[in-house]
Amino acid sequence: MNALLAETLVGPSIDWAGISPLLVLLGGSCLLLLVGSIFPRLPKGTYCAFTVLVSLTTAVAAMLQWRDVTKSGPRNLIADAVALDHFALLATIAISISIALVSLITDDYLRREDYDGPEMYALYLTAAIGGVVMASSNDLIVLFLGLETLSLSLYLLTASHRKRAESQEAGLKYFVLGGFSSAFFLYGIALTYGSTGSTNLSKISSALSGDSPFSQIDAMLLIGIGLMLVGLAFKVSAVPFHIWTPDVYEGAPSPVTAFMASAGKIAAFTALLRVLVVAFPTRIDDWRPAIWVLATLTVLAGSILAVMQTNVKRMLAFSSISHAGFLLVGVEAAGHAGDKDALAAVLTYLLLYAVLVIGSFAVVTVVAGKGDSHTTLDDFRGLGQRRPVMALALTVFLLAQAGMPATSGFIAKFGVIKAAAEVQSYSIAVIAMLGAVIAAFLYLRIMVSMWLADSTNDAELFVPVGAGIAIAFASVFTVAVGVYPGWLLDATRMVSDISISVIQAVDSTTDVPAG
Amino acid sequence: MHEHLNFPILSVIIFLPVMGALLVTMLSNRRPEWVKLCAVLVSVGNGAMSFWLMASFKTGNDDFQFVSQHDWISAWGISWHLGVDGISLFLVVLTGILFPLVILATDPHHDQKRYFAWMLLLEAGVMGSFLSLDLVLFFLFFEIVLVPMYFLIGGWGYDNRVYAATKFFLFTMFGSAFMLVGIVATAALARRDVGYLTFDLVVLAEQASFATNTGRWLFFSFAIAFAVKVPLFPFHTWLPDAHTQAPTGGSVILAGVMLKLGTYGFLRFGLYLFPEAAVWARPLFLTLATIGIVYGAIAATMQTDLKRLVAYSSVAHLGFIVLGTFAMTSQAITGGVMQMINHGVSTGALFLLVGMIYERRHTREISQLRGIQKVAPIFAAAFTVVMLSSIGVPGLNGFVGEFLVLIGSFQTARWWTIIATTGVILAALYLLWAYQRVFHGEPDESNATFAELKAREGLVLLVFIGIIGFTGLYPKPMLERIEPSVDRLIEHVVLHTDFETPAVIEAEK
Repeated sequence: MNALLAETLVGPSIDWAGISPLLVLLGGSCLLLLVGSIFPRLPKGTYCAFTVLVSLTTAVAAMLQWRDVTKSGPRNLIADAVALDHFALLATIAISISIALVSLITDDYLRREDYDGPEMYALYLTAAIGGVVMASSNDLIVLFLGLETLSLSLYLLTASHRKRAESQEAGLKYFVLGGFSSAFFLYGIALTYGSTGSTNLSKISSALSGDSPFSQIDAMLLIGIGLMLVGLAFKVSAVPFHIWTPDVYEGAPSPVTAFMASAGKIAAFTALLRVLVVAFPTRIDDWRPAIWVLATLTVLAGSILAVMQTNVKRMLAFSSISHAGFLLVGVEAAGHAGDKDALAAVLTYLLLYAVLVIGSFAVVTVVAGKGDSHTTLDDFRGLGQRRPVMALALTVFLLAQAGMPATSGFIAKFGVIKAAAEVQSYSIAVIAMLGAVIAAFLYLRIMVSMWLADSTNDAELFVPVGAGIAIAFASVFTVAVGVYPGWLLDATRMVSDISISVIQAVDSTTDVPAG
Repeated sequence: MHEHLNFPILSVIIFLPVMGALLVTMLSNRRPEWVKLCAVLVSVGNGAMSFWLMASFKTGNDDFQFVSQHDWISAWGISWHLGVDGISLFLVVLTGILFPLVILATDPHHDQKRYFAWMLLLEAGVMGSFLSLDLVLFFLFFEIVLVPMYFLIGGWGYDNRVYAATKFFLFTMFGSAFMLVGIVATAALARRDVGYLTFDLVVLAEQASFATNTGRWLFFSFAIAFAVKVPLFPFHTWLPDAHTQAPTGGSVILAGVMLKLGTYGFLRFGLYLFPEAAVWARPLFLTLATIGIVYGAIAATMQTDLKRLVAYSSVAHLGFIVLGTFAMTSQAITGGVMQMINHGVSTGALFLLVGMIYERRHTREISQLRGIQKVAPIFAAAFTVVMLSSIGVPGLNGFVGEFLVLIGSFQTARWWTIIATTGVILAALYLLWAYQRVFHGEPDESNATFAELKAREGLVLLVFIGIIGFTGLYPKPMLERIEPSVDRLIEHVVLHTDFETPAVIEAEK
């Protein structure tokens, strides 16, 4: 019996180098907790510096893998459960940059709120692990594990301000609703497994293609896809699954909001693309209309509702919904046969938006002040007089979010619109642009408050070093990419290798004799 | 062309003001006079370069000159492609003249560093729009000018400035939304004909052909952006608000050059890229233009605010330009281009004069003003000349453009032209009536102290009046530079459609 077990339970071979970014994140988070509990009194800023170091190391590890993948092509690791391709690596790099920037904002925030400690940083890192797993998963179960790792960390982060009731409320709300959405997703996995015989994305794809017995229309499969879409639509906060977003964004500590809007979105959208593009390319006609409806609803509702808000955090929450709609336009474009530019457009958008939104929330964090509560539009009045440079930076971020040329936001929007136009999805492109015009009103409102209204508060506004670095980096990046985007576009173009690994995986399944 | 010219003058014309703006923001707050000096020097430098451009422009050449072409975003086929031809040349010169004059003539009441920085950025954006020969590059500049103008209106305007600035921003952005999709779709569809993805205007216009319906849709996606910018009749409501609330400098630039982005866009992109659709849509645009002429004139007559009156007169004047554009004869379009320049000069000067009245009296209500001619005769004389130029009196610049437009349009758009001609009469009515109420009569107590023109104001106005007189009496240097490019555009239209100009019809006979 023992001999038999030993024989059948041969673990898959593991390409340690291939998952090195994940290992760095994991090691970093464990070390951070360990050191933090052994030495309670470290010089200020140590945790932040360490997290930045870990995230940059992750990015470097991912870049090394990037070179490797460029040379030897994308492949699947660990029994085809994890994909190693440019798509996953770019998402990893984007998430790493997000954590580094968010940690910089968090540093002073924690001291201001008297919560200095390693916990939040460790949670950022574990959330990042979840995000990276989602972006690189090639198996629905693995994807679900990543999703839960990310979500659980986010629930905790949201509720981490123990003295603010809003924070607690937001955490609970997010937890309950998020639990529901995970259940939907899990049920979707079960039904998909039932109708295709596998949870592996590549195998699902091959099971549904050609003349295999699963390739006919199958109600169970369609319900499965639908339920998974619901789960992921909740994560990307697409309308009508967006209800949690404004409350959670407003209630969560400002740096955490920045984290959710950047790294959280990257993870959710890359997972969505993985599932739809890798597993269900043969079911395009089934899921694309659903994405079309979600995209138009999201971009319009997000923009219109954003305009009605008076709290800047809520405004940015709704604006992030509107941006999710734009990203869904790209996902819709990716649903047309033969088009791979859309994937690059979506990932570029995610990366650029992540930097933008972190920059915006960094300013919000600084303005919010002790207690993290001064976030109404009135609190931004006269910021142009009190802190002209910071106000200018926020203006750059807002103009970029509105899609003004010469900023990264234009490059992001242009890429998505181009992807949609190239597959003749003109109507959705026009609707998205109209949504952008409506959303522009919201950004103008914030700018009016900053520049064209007199200050009601003369208190000195202190800009901490960490947040200052994050804001400076984000604004320079925003303008630099807007003016000279070539290098970034050349890099992101390579992410269209997402489904090349599918063919290999299918090949490898045919090589292995059935057990 | 200019093989020997290694100096990328067009790029410098765009970048110099950007550098100037950066420099202005970095100057010390303790030396406010340096800020203005720096802004003046930069804009005068740009003006000098645009003059040099005009002087060394090859007359009789219909092609793009001083071309500067570099890869910019090669992954998407977007290039830094600049060039100037007869249609854009004088718009560049106009921009080059207006900005230094405005910067000299107006002083912001606060935050002058930011004011001049925005002004210079605006100049860069406007120049870029007129010089771009790449669709995305044009869109970039076309859209980016909104930001400085938004802050100029919102920061230094009058009571209702935030509302006006926001309306201006959103209206224009609404139009641009369609244009962006149109631009991308144009390039994507043209890939079949061209063989690769490019946004280069010349390549697209010369090599791509679109299915009839596709071309029409694309044309309209561009046209809506330009129609908002011009503004054509149903999209004009942002204009009176923006003009009235903008500071004087903002109004001058807005009316003088920014509205021309729309009419220029129709010529450069609408007709050139989609000749078939433009010919097909002629009746619609001729009608909207005629409505704009008559409606603008009537609305101007009814105004009680002098600045609003001038704003509505712009709607009428711009209508003539669109009429000429869609009449599609050589004379009409040449006249339209002339009218763009003339309107920029005379309406720009009118806004300056109205601004001076406001500075002195702190009101623009016509009913509050009376008998200014008695106390400020030189001011009144200057106003008279500018006003007559705006009415289109022969011998002044306004006449040349309007006359060419009307005579050219009569051949291909007879009935529209007949109705549009009433606009000329109405223009005399509203301007002369306003003049009568403001300048004639006995000055009451508050108008009795109206100050005469200052030396600096007089000098600025002298430049305007010089241009008004010179172009009115001797328009040939302008016409001979504009006409070849216009003829080439019409040839392009005739070649790609079944549209026949009067010249072609006569030749056949």
